[in-house]
Amino acid sequence: MAVVTAPPPSVSLMHRLKNPKAAVTIFVIAWLPLMLYVMGGSALMAAIEDLTGFRPNADYILLPAIPAVLLLYVICISAFRESAIAIIGATLVFFWFFIAVTAPYLPLLDPNKPIAPFVPPFTAKNDVFFILGTDFKGRDMLSRTLWGCQRVLVWGVSATFVAYIVGTAFGLIAGYISGWWDEIISFLGNVILSFPVMVLFIVILNYLGASGFNIVIAVTFASAPAIMRIVRGLALDVKTRDYVFAAQTRGESALWIMVVELLPNVRGPIIVDACLRLGYTTVAITTLTFLGLGLQPPDPDWGLMIKESAKTAMLFKFSYMLLIPALSVSSLILGFNLMADGLREMSMRD
Amino acid sequence: MSEAATMEAVQPSTAEIPVLECRNLCISYFTRAGEIPAVVDFNMKLMPGEAQGIVGESGCGKSTVALAIMQYMGKNGRVVGGEILFEGRDMRTMSEEELRQIRGSKIAMVYQEPMASLNPAMTIGDQLAEVPIFHESVSKDEALSRAGKMLESVRLPDPERILSSYPHQISGGQQQRVVIAMALLSNPKLLLLDEPTTALDVTVEAGIVELIKDIAAEFGTSMIYISHNLGLILETCDRITVMYSGEAVEVGSIKDVFDAMRHPYTRGLFASIPVPGADKNSHPLVSIPGQLPLPHQRPPGCNFGPRCEFFVKDRCDVGSIPMVEISNGSHHASRCVRVDEIDWDSTIGAGDESEPTVPGDVVLKVDDMTKHYEIEKGALFFSGEKHTVKANEKLNFDAREAETVAIVGESGCGKSTFAKVLMGLETATDGSVALGNLDLAEMPVDRRGPETISKLQMVFQNPFDTLNPSHTVGGQIARVIRKFGAETDEKKVKARVMELLDIVKLPRDFAKRRPRQLSGGQKQRVGIARAFAGNPSVVIADEPVSALDVSVQAAVTELLMDIQRENRTTLLFISHDLSVVRYLADRIVVMYLGQIMEQGTTDEIFSPPYHPYTEALLSAVPIANTHVKKRKVLLTGEIPSPSNPPKGCPFSTRCPYMIAGTCDTIPPPMVEFSTGHRIACHLPREELAAMEPVIQIEKEPARVA
Repeated sequence: MAVVTAPPPSVSLMHRLKNPKAAVTIFVIAWLPLMLYVMGGSALMAAIEDLTGFRPNADYILLPAIPAVLLLYVICISAFRESAIAIIGATLVFFWFFIAVTAPYLPLLDPNKPIAPFVPPFTAKNDVFFILGTDFKGRDMLSRTLWGCQRVLVWGVSATFVAYIVGTAFGLIAGYISGWWDEIISFLGNVILSFPVMVLFIVILNYLGASGFNIVIAVTFASAPAIMRIVRGLALDVKTRDYVFAAQTRGESALWIMVVELLPNVRGPIIVDACLRLGYTTVAITTLTFLGLGLQPPDPDWGLMIKESAKTAMLFKFSYMLLIPALSVSSLILGFNLMADGLREMSMRD
Repeated sequence: MSEAATMEAVQPSTAEIPVLECRNLCISYFTRAGEIPAVVDFNMKLMPGEAQGIVGESGCGKSTVALAIMQYMGKNGRVVGGEILFEGRDMRTMSEEELRQIRGSKIAMVYQEPMASLNPAMTIGDQLAEVPIFHESVSKDEALSRAGKMLESVRLPDPERILSSYPHQISGGQQQRVVIAMALLSNPKLLLLDEPTTALDVTVEAGIVELIKDIAAEFGTSMIYISHNLGLILETCDRITVMYSGEAVEVGSIKDVFDAMRHPYTRGLFASIPVPGADKNSHPLVSIPGQLPLPHQRPPGCNFGPRCEFFVKDRCDVGSIPMVEISNGSHHASRCVRVDEIDWDSTIGAGDESEPTVPGDVVLKVDDMTKHYEIEKGALFFSGEKHTVKANEKLNFDAREAETVAIVGESGCGKSTFAKVLMGLETATDGSVALGNLDLAEMPVDRRGPETISKLQMVFQNPFDTLNPSHTVGGQIARVIRKFGAETDEKKVKARVMELLDIVKLPRDFAKRRPRQLSGGQKQRVGIARAFAGNPSVVIADEPVSALDVSVQAAVTELLMDIQRENRTTLLFISHDLSVVRYLADRIVVMYLGQIMEQGTTDEIFSPPYHPYTEALLSAVPIANTHVKKRKVLLTGEIPSPSNPPKGCPFSTRCPYMIAGTCDTIPPPMVEFSTGHRIACHLPREELAAMEPVIQIEKEPARVA
């Protein structure tokens, strides 16, 4: 009633990103090269070589992404300026994002080349100063840690994204069309949710084989039901609004109503949940790699680094081999979670 | 209110201490954007046994005053100036513990939403007993017996049963009575009522209002009654404070303020509510131009200045405007610098008179339309017993071109179901609904062509729900135009959107705005534009103005009438508010529990013979005019559930004229009084015809008429 709480006309979360379309375009410019690079950079270059006889350096793919990431970071900071938590989260996430796109251009040692084993951090050996030391095979830890963020980021975000598309589609159908569709979808979702997530991952990856694409499938399978439930609940609420009624009475098709009338109005909570779920997925991928079911050696990856150094690091002297990749994973997950917290806090104020 | 009470209020004995006194009270909210003054310079003196009304539109600060009195401001609200004296003590100096003792025992509050004030996990008995246990430390048995007695005095039937039931097991009206009983249990000195009946149906509201009046007389409790409805204030209070944009603009006794108002805002408010005598053709409503300023964008000087017809530059927009006592010696004050200059007896602005439109041919013919829902009790595969909800039972009426037919009824009367069948979201169980010569009863919307769909459109009730918040206003109107195939060329679509915005009197650049940037009234205008985008022949308006502020209601109502006149559209106006219906309808259909109880022209409905339900409905509607004398017809009980309607006449459970053995077993016959005026009732014709009119208007000064 007369209680005045938010005086300025409240602005939506998306609206604060200045112009959502521009921000989304910049994100695509930043993201696509990285994805291409990690998922099939060398394969793509080989294909170009076959066609033209000239093999370009795969690292060039990442060039347009570097300014895009920086620009995106600025946009995010200005959009989140009211929430310190969101800014800290975004800074952590964008730190790793930036490292991921600039890794080939950083003055790093080759992450796969053994130099001198068991060098502790901040010591020099063979005329090379190792900031974070080397691992049991003598590979540079700093280089491996920084390179390692690429695969976790790319596969984590891709898997979450695909899971969201599938989950949202089923959620909208279950929520809007209801009836038998809802019964069947919800029942199947409940069945999948009743398996422990890790067991589900292991079963799927054992069956399909360990690879990045199969991780996407496994994550989608495990996360989509939970996403479906969130979207279904939101859709059930939104579909009682008069504007949906108005769309129905002017004879719009169910698909149109789901995509145009419902989807934009359920996206707020979904974005917040997606940030949280990115954290879960990162944990899952690291765990799977640790178990040997995910990304395969020798390329650097945090889960792999933890796995490989697990035995050596039992000696306190060598615990840095374990702590460094573990802390890196934690910082990325913390970044996602803080961002989710900040976004939720901001959406509550609106 | 009674004359005696008014006199008492006007001349309080000097020895008495006011129960509550607010002196120069200023309240601000502190937000990210800085300090927002919510209430400025608010004064009020409430004597024992007196009832004060606070009236104003949303955002005027009336609820903030109530919260400040309870010292319940939340984290970001604070009293920044002035004082609140409760029985002579400043509440701001009291400790948190003292306040806790006072709240609920000496000051009690009743909120708008009864279900939100009751704990759904506790029985009503336990909740009520808490009050005496906490404040007076009595035993539980003693507390429960007091609770039982209090339930009796708020006229709840079968207190024992209610004590042991949970809030969701009783109806909304009963819940609100329980909340009032809870407030009264500790015998408070002061009762704050914040829109206590807004969420209830009119006939239930009438019962609660009667109860509140009785409480004042029986317990001698002082009351502050907050409402946006002037009619309710008239029925319950001795004195009234009119608030506008955080300030009290006029204070006085009911009689002074209603009959000799001295502030342009109050005047505008009265001119924009339909009272008997207003008529859409010869005496249209006059709305207040403009909008309520946002709290951080108030103009300098008089807050009402920019909307005021008496505005004088350099006088109304400088400094702060003080309250001026009006020299008739009855504590009547107004916050207007020109109070002595304005000719208060002049007729308020001239609404545009217009010729009554002549209805054309029948456009919509509803013939024995019936809609039943089958409800299965049982789980997924094991269907249990089925029972039928009779949402609409044999509806018969027709609507002519350019005519306004009002469908009047309370919740559960089946008007929404009827709208759904008409719009094609449900199909009728039986009977026909003919639009022209096309039967729509069993034709769902996906089988109707765009031609038919565009002929039948709807304006929705809730302005905050009617537009999709994610799309621009222009985009939403354009979609309708394209969908109906009125225009296909992009340029023409755009031109048509602009044209529609002009028609509903919105600036053209609104096309690019999103709904959140629009006020309630503006959203409703867009809703109207959308409904008229395909040149419909029938428009269903489902309470299009009931969620809007009073000063905006008139403007939107007038707009709807204008467009209707222009296009000769048939308007089906669904409403529970008989004042609005009387103002704009040509014919009225009164529905109760899915059946038509009475139908006829507006004059026939508002004068005897009445159906007993119409009679009660007419009596229940509060009218903000001191010259209207109403005959009291109070209904007992609540509206039965449509899934379990009474046998025979649906109204028989509440009807004061109920003939035992007939009304409760045999469905009533339709009695035709004149062509088109039909009443479904068992009472003999003579008895119906001999009823006295409910609303009688005394001679009024020429000023208002």
